[in-house]
Amino acid sequence: MRRYLPFIIVTCVALLAVGSGAFLYRNKRAANPALKISNAETDQPGETVHVLGPADAAVTLEEFGDFQCPPCGKLSEPINQLQKKYNLRVIFREFPLPIHAHAKEAAYAAEAAARQGRFWQMHDLLYREQAVWSKSLDARALFNAYAGMLQLDLDRFKKDMDSSEVEQRVQLDVGRGAAIGVKNTPTIFINNEAVPGPNSNPDDLPGLVEAALKKAKPSS
Amino acid sequence: MKSRRDQSARSTTSSSRAETIFYSAAALISLLGVAEATYLTVIFLSGEAAVCGGSADCLQVLGSSYAKIGPVPVSGLGALAYFSAFTFATFAGFGYSRARQFFTWTVIAMFCMTLWLLFVQAFRLHAFCRYCLFSAALVFLLTGLVVARPVAETQRN
Repeated sequence: MRRYLPFIIVTCVALLAVGSGAFLYRNKRAANPALKISNAETDQPGETVHVLGPADAAVTLEEFGDFQCPPCGKLSEPINQLQKKYNLRVIFREFPLPIHAHAKEAAYAAEAAARQGRFWQMHDLLYREQAVWSKSLDARALFNAYAGMLQLDLDRFKKDMDSSEVEQRVQLDVGRGAAIGVKNTPTIFINNEAVPGPNSNPDDLPGLVEAALKKAKPSS
Repeated sequence: MKSRRDQSARSTTSSSRAETIFYSAAALISLLGVAEATYLTVIFLSGEAAVCGGSADCLQVLGSSYAKIGPVPVSGLGALAYFSAFTFATFAGFGYSRARQFFTWTVIAMFCMTLWLLFVQAFRLHAFCRYCLFSAALVFLLTGLVVARPVAETQRN
C-alpha cells in the first residue's frame, strides 16, 4: 500500500487542483457571462450604444456616468446586480465631468476597450479600482495595465485611446446628455423617466426598478 | 556488535524521519504555490482582473506584458512548476532517490525564474505585486530547504 501512496497523493492533489480550478473558472464565467453588447443598437447613424441585457426587457435603465465620480462607483455593482436579478436592459453613457482630472481619459479607456469588445469589463474594473487610479499621477499607465489585465491588444488599445474616433464617441454621449439636461453624474433614467438625483443611490434604486417593472407588467 | 547495529538502525530511522519531515514541509509549501498559481491562472483565463485590494502596483504587474509568455500566463507555468515540486517532494518523501534530484533541479529553476521576475518588478516595472511576492517567498523557502538539506545530511553523516 505504502508503495502506491505517493501516486495516490499526487493524483488526488492533481484532481483537486484541476477540479477546484475548473469550479472557480465556471463560477467566474457564470458571474461574468458573455455580455450582450448590442452594437447594432443605434440612436443616430454611426452611434454605438453600450447595452447590457435583452433588447425587449420590460425596464431599461440608462445611466450617464463619470468613471471618476464616487457615487457612480458606488452604483456600479448594485446596477450590475439589478441587471442580473430583473434582466434589465442597462445602457451606459459617458459623461466625464471637467472637475475630475482623469475622468475623460478613463472614458477614453472604456471606449478603447469597447473597440475590442470589452467595454463592460473595463467599465467594472475602472469603477472597482476608482480609488486607486483617481489619485494616481499617471493614470494612463494604470489604464494600460488594466487593458493588459483584460488581455486586450495593448498597442491597439493605446492607439484607440488617442484616436479622434474615441474622442468623438465620448463627445457624442456628452452632447446627448447635455441636450436632455444632464448636468451631474450619476444621472439615471428608468424607462426614459429621470430618477431624481437624491434617489440615485443603491438603497432607492431597487425600489424604483421594481415600481417600473410593476408599471410595465401590471398583471404580474 | 548488537549495540552498534541498534545505533545504526536508530540512525536510519531518525534519518528517514527527518527526510519525511523535510519533504513533507517542501510538499506543503509547494501546495500553497499550486493554490495561488492556479487561482491566478483561472483569473487570467476567465478574463477577469485580479482583486488586488486597492494596490495600483499589483494590477500594473499582472497586466504587464511580462505576465505572459506568448498566450501562456506566467502563473500557469508557475502552477506547473509548483505541482512538479510537490510531486517530486512527495515521491522523495517516500524514498524515491531520483525524485530528490528532480526536486532540487525544479527548485533551482524556480529560484532563477523568481529572481528574473523580481528583477522585472524592481527595475523594469517599478511596481511589485503581492501575489508575486508571496510566490517569491514560497520559492525562497523551498530554496532554503534545498540548501539546508545537504548540510543536515552532512551533519548526520
